[in-house]
Amino acid sequence: MSLPTEGQMAIESEVLVIGGGLGGLTSALAAAREGADVRLVSYKQSTLRQASGLVDVLGYTPDGDGPLTDPYEAIPSLPAEHPYRKVGVGTVRDAMALFDDAVPTYEGEHTDTNALLPTHGGSIKPTARYPAGASAGLASDTRDTLLVGIEEMVDFDAPHVAAHLDATGVPFDVRGETIRFPGDLRADAKVTRYAKLLDTNSEVAVRGRMVPAREALAQRVNPLLEDEQRVGFPAILGDDNPGAIRDSLSDHLGVDVFEVPMGPPSLPGLRLEDALFSALDEAGASIETGNPVVDFEGEDRIEKVFIEKNGAKIPNSADQYVLATGGFVGKGVESDREGVYEPVFDCHVPHAADRYDWFDGELFGDHEFARYGVATDDDLRPLDASDDSEFENLRAAGSVLGGYDFAAEKSGSGVSIATGYAAGQRAAQEAR
Amino acid sequence: MGPTPHIAVIGGGSTGAGIARDLAMRGLDVTLVEQGNLTHGTTGRMHGLLHSGGRYAVSDQASATECIEENRVLRDIASHCVEMTGGLFVKRPEDSEEYFQKKLSGCEECGIPAEVVSGEEARAMEPHLAKDIDKAISVPDGAIDPFRLVVANAASAQEHGARIETHSKVTDLLVESGEVVGIEVEHDSGPGKRVHGTEGGTEQIRADYVVNATGAWAGRIGDMAGLDIEVRPSKGVMTIMNIRQVDTVINRCRPKGDADIVVPHETTAILGTTDEEVEDPEDYPEEQWEVDMMIDTLSELIPMLDEARTIRSFWGVRPLYEPPDVGSDDPTDITRDFFLLDHDERDDLPGMTSIVGGKFTTYRMMGEQIADHVCGKFGIDADCRTADEPLPGSEDFSVLRDYMDEFGLRSPIGRRSVERLGSRADEVLKTDGPNPTVCECEGVTRAEIQDAIEGSGSDLNAVRIRTRASMGNCQGGFCSHRMASELHSEYDEPVVREAWDELLQERWKGQRHALWGEQLSQAALNYALHATTQNRDQDPADGDPVDFSAFDSGRGQTGGSVDSADVAADGGTNGY
Repeated sequence: MSLPTEGQMAIESEVLVIGGGLGGLTSALAAAREGADVRLVSYKQSTLRQASGLVDVLGYTPDGDGPLTDPYEAIPSLPAEHPYRKVGVGTVRDAMALFDDAVPTYEGEHTDTNALLPTHGGSIKPTARYPAGASAGLASDTRDTLLVGIEEMVDFDAPHVAAHLDATGVPFDVRGETIRFPGDLRADAKVTRYAKLLDTNSEVAVRGRMVPAREALAQRVNPLLEDEQRVGFPAILGDDNPGAIRDSLSDHLGVDVFEVPMGPPSLPGLRLEDALFSALDEAGASIETGNPVVDFEGEDRIEKVFIEKNGAKIPNSADQYVLATGGFVGKGVESDREGVYEPVFDCHVPHAADRYDWFDGELFGDHEFARYGVATDDDLRPLDASDDSEFENLRAAGSVLGGYDFAAEKSGSGVSIATGYAAGQRAAQEAR
Repeated sequence: MGPTPHIAVIGGGSTGAGIARDLAMRGLDVTLVEQGNLTHGTTGRMHGLLHSGGRYAVSDQASATECIEENRVLRDIASHCVEMTGGLFVKRPEDSEEYFQKKLSGCEECGIPAEVVSGEEARAMEPHLAKDIDKAISVPDGAIDPFRLVVANAASAQEHGARIETHSKVTDLLVESGEVVGIEVEHDSGPGKRVHGTEGGTEQIRADYVVNATGAWAGRIGDMAGLDIEVRPSKGVMTIMNIRQVDTVINRCRPKGDADIVVPHETTAILGTTDEEVEDPEDYPEEQWEVDMMIDTLSELIPMLDEARTIRSFWGVRPLYEPPDVGSDDPTDITRDFFLLDHDERDDLPGMTSIVGGKFTTYRMMGEQIADHVCGKFGIDADCRTADEPLPGSEDFSVLRDYMDEFGLRSPIGRRSVERLGSRADEVLKTDGPNPTVCECEGVTRAEIQDAIEGSGSDLNAVRIRTRASMGNCQGGFCSHRMASELHSEYDEPVVREAWDELLQERWKGQRHALWGEQLSQAALNYALHATTQNRDQDPADGDPVDFSAFDSGRGQTGGSVDSADVAADGGTNGY
């Protein structure tokens, strides 16, 4: 496609971050706080809406040992190609400190020890940070628990989740009850509809009387509550005012209230995305979303990239670039029948020649594809097939990186934050 | 007439289910046993083509004639399983004109309505056909859902008193005084509906007659009584696309060849196939070249297939049979006709007949002939009614009513539910509670899942084939835990977990052959959802106990190794 580019003045910045997920946002934030003039461009909705919103660092070793109590302790013995080894454990800690500062609505920073949280499938998972809304639901907290599901909501079946949690050996009694959500939401309403109703606290009809939604919800739950000291809901408790909604429910019920993280579309993931965008905005970065990077110029150095917008190719130039476009899920790494590639700069992605070697026969086997991504030097610069850096002013962060299986290790958020932090900070320093 | 004879039918594919229905409708006592789910063997692994007979109009006119007859019968008795898409035999410039003419006259000779359409007309019908095609012959091919069809046959058999036992493998034939007198089966989870974790057991089922309808597995059953049944299993690959690139069955108009058909099937299109003889119907290589060949060769007819997304591939094994004296080398030369082997006449072993060969489209006719044969043994004079009596779901159902409003379903979902359920829609969809969608890709609601659970126990793969839940783009990524939760109203958590794991494993199996491009991204997302978000790969419920007290119990709470190692010693249970 040939689009008009001539005569366009390039949009300039010191650091240009490509990608608006956890890696890109952290990277831009780190660069901005370092004092650089930062611009972040992202194309699609980030994969945060598909993530639970839990921020894990390391839950299991690559050999499957775990759940680990201390994620930092295990980092020095990870394989050399692991992104954590590239940046080092000290940087991981610094990066988490940046995250804690930027997203004050998260908890877990009071200890190095992992927390175990219930999942919407009924298992538990280790994580280093969790949204405040999930904190009363920790599985190491011994208070008896009532889980409340919504009859119309197929993603969270409270009696099933409770029975499954019980089978994991949690140190408390847990029971599940199912209610009809007050108000006339249709059977396939999205989580955002529930959240909106609770955010606005609009009145809903209950037996002919109009009652504010939060109170009406509490009224449905109250008769079901026995001796439990906390009540868990699926993560639908508001998008804009989750804290106020929890407080209000808690007041009505007289016990602590928490959310169980859910799959897509995930409100905790969306809230996290919002929090990071706000922090980035406050740090003074320029942000452009919705348009893809389609081309670039440069040989050893990237001179400029082109962003397609309304049918035109808009040049953007920077001194330093960060590639944070995601992995297979975010389409920062792509494939066809012949091979695996990185679509923006065509950085080398090491992979097996035969596509039948990319996966394991077992569902949760040792999948090579899960570790595919660009390989880098210790400065996070992508390497070509001869182990030379692809471009001297390009760094990579987040799941576009190879060398680790975030799903098996439960390390996706931590790697994105740590490598985003390192790439952003170093890019800023070099741009000075 | 003496007491009602009891017939044991081995095999829960289309043939076995068709035989069971026919015999039961004629008033005989029937027990059908199947080693896996219904359709577990070849029936569940076909391209879903309802033959017009056009494919056999040159090479095998007897089969072609049977096909068009049965095509008409199935449109009638199984309307809720059939979509009359129509079919085209498409000629490319390099394909033989002589063969095209033979196909046309062959169709006429066999009574198959056939009409020549120009390349332009064909492209007007199917815009994604290659620009350079010459012309095509249009025939009444259709698409048929083999799962629904077999389930409906089994349900009808049950309504007529038959006993249906799935997950019950035949371990021996009972032979007494030189006669087959029954079968010995190993129930995976006890007799009746399958429930995971229920103890299985062996059962001897005495029968007055045994019908071996195990297709490619017929030789194995024969071995149990020292019989030699020379089935020649031949494998074929089928590759499923994520959308329907065509709404008409597209055949390549040339003599036998691999990769020459595309069948629109529900939300997908299925590319087929290969034809390779294999030793063992359960253990044969599933190879990359076969998948690549489907895409590369069929792209000559439909170029967009080259870049399109496939969601999985699967292989089926044809139960080909030819009498020992024919000796074809190439499996494509073996007849598609079926054979009824009466082991009394053939091997001096009374009490059993095997049925081998044949095709899915003519399953009912095969059932009729076997049932005639069995009735003849017992001097029973009862008419076959399977060609006239509609299957459950296809009864008296001519108008799609406005079910969307009636059941409070969004219109595309309501429409698809009703299409799948046919005349059973009322019975299934009229529920008291809300009826949310469980599988978004295929538009399957809770009511349908619950109905399927009622029919199939704790087996989510059986629920899958009844409803299509988890068979769309995401291949269970988003809905398998939901399906598991639907089971939990009826079954205990450990049963549910086992069924859930089994579904996940089954969905993974076929996806492995589609792992590039979009579907690899999908697989990576599914992996993240199941392993990262749900931690199912390291689920402590399946593994070693976890010391909960060693983990963070919250700011200022008790527990946690950092500031309260002493609490951990009592297991953290006295924290409150």
